[in-house]
Amino acid sequence: MDLKKLNKIPKNYFKEVMASLSKLEKLKKVHFFSGIHFTDAEKELAKKIENYKKVEREAKKVWKIVELSRDENRPQCLDYIEGIFKDFVQLSGDRITGEDKSIISGIGKIEGTTAAVIGNNKGKDTKQRVQYNFGMSIPQGYRKSQRIMRLADRFGFPIITFIDTPGAYPGLEAEDDGQAGAIAKSILLMFEAKVPIIAVLIGEGGSGGALALAIGNYVMMLKNSTYSVISPEGCAAILWKDPSGSKLAARALKLTSKDLLRLKIIDKIIHEPMGGAQNNPKRMVKIVKKYIQEALGKYKGIPGEELKMQRARKYESMGIFKSS
Amino acid sequence: MDNIKCKNCKKKINEERFILNLWVCPFCNYHSYISARDRVQITIDDGSFTELGSNISSEDFLNFYDSKSYSTRLKEAKLKASLEEAIIVGEAKIKNYAIALGIMDFSFMGGSMGSVVGEKIRIITDYSIEKKIPLIIFCASGGARMQEGVMSLMQMAKTVSCINRIKESKIPYFCVITNPTSGGVSASFASIADIIIAEPDALFCFAGPRVVKQTIGKDVPSDFGTSERDLKNGQIDIIAGRSEIRDTLAKLLKLFKDSIKS
Repeated sequence: MDLKKLNKIPKNYFKEVMASLSKLEKLKKVHFFSGIHFTDAEKELAKKIENYKKVEREAKKVWKIVELSRDENRPQCLDYIEGIFKDFVQLSGDRITGEDKSIISGIGKIEGTTAAVIGNNKGKDTKQRVQYNFGMSIPQGYRKSQRIMRLADRFGFPIITFIDTPGAYPGLEAEDDGQAGAIAKSILLMFEAKVPIIAVLIGEGGSGGALALAIGNYVMMLKNSTYSVISPEGCAAILWKDPSGSKLAARALKLTSKDLLRLKIIDKIIHEPMGGAQNNPKRMVKIVKKYIQEALGKYKGIPGEELKMQRARKYESMGIFKSS
Repeated sequence: MDNIKCKNCKKKINEERFILNLWVCPFCNYHSYISARDRVQITIDDGSFTELGSNISSEDFLNFYDSKSYSTRLKEAKLKASLEEAIIVGEAKIKNYAIALGIMDFSFMGGSMGSVVGEKIRIITDYSIEKKIPLIIFCASGGARMQEGVMSLMQMAKTVSCINRIKESKIPYFCVITNPTSGGVSASFASIADIIIAEPDALFCFAGPRVVKQTIGKDVPSDFGTSERDLKNGQIDIIAGRSEIRDTLAKLLKLFKDSIKS
């Protein structure tokens, strides 16, 4: 074993450490029987392996959350709408070119107040998932969402969004139709609106597609939901050049509710029933309802201009850097 | 001087001629990569650039590492691009019109947007609003910087909020799209400019051709995401060659000049 080589920082750190792991186990046995002490280089290597094992354990834990966030038995946008809003009327179409079913939108009553609701819906079986395009939206969807936001803004309805998407749909027509601009304009509108915006991440918060619905005065995340700049698989393909790096990427990206609360990117974590939302969807919906009511209460009576300012201040202060 | 090979038509070009032609191939008009510093030189009035926000730099706050740590990647990028970050911002003049200018550089970690790019855009938008001068940003970016996790995603929100304030202040904001501009930058401040100019054959899209090809399971058209296709699809205003951009911007600055209330 070339210990010298391993003690430099190897180019492919994990692979090499893994490969040498079994060698070290053998070496340990030899030492045990012969009574020879470990050399410094070997001790160093052992430390590296310990470190790697820790990273792997953490990665496994995070991956469990990634899987939970994608569990098809978790309550979805339509479940929350049904359980939380009275007299809900679903509204369709972007009034320009079409209707994108991956985004559900409409108005309904919560605590006696009319609110606008916008959310991604993934669908629960294959047929539904195809119908909702797996929760991946095209520009028509974002434009529909913008239309509902403008409507809410004009009539003073608070906006409540439910985010659960792997990301915007990467298709040819979507690109030709201006996917980038559609997302950017949705974000822009959420900064213009003079009504409270409460965003709830209920499952997967996949990059720009999630952000297009997630600019809120108050942003909450279900404990086992995720929010990420890129999917762990996508990140692994680019940086690890290997899809099997997904778990390590998931850990590195810091995409869990706990991480994001610590980074002050979200405002609140919503706890889930034992074992996760999928175990008791009805209970989960009730918990979310309570949190939304509380959040709405915080912003009651605050002038629109101030709500808008609060959002701008909050997002414009985000970022960590050195200053000299 | 040596000869260099055009990346597109593979013809040999005399390097001096190539640079005099602003890093554009004289045979096939392919617009090659140009550094942010060189872009400043060819776009604005001589010596009119004063850099702002050069005191901030990126931090590896997530302790991110794949095969290399983010800190190492930053060090390497700084050496490679001779820049401190993927964007430089400052005050400048184009044909005597004062502007707030931002120029991205693709050679610094693929022009990716992290906290520092976001903060520099905030600095330059604030400056533009304070001085009541138009904002011009040259984009070149592969998207959000993965090494800063969701904080990079939040820079999309941050920059859009800044542009929202520019819009409310009725300050004109022009964006010049250069090859390539995609992902988080195209889906934030780049595509909400008052006027969008693009260089010829520049990739300007959200998802890149490779990802789209993978998703739809078939080849994408050869002009996928290019400025020519974007113009046809109504996503941009103007295509201008590298040598025309300065004049185009000057013309726009003249047209908008009287509309800015002081």
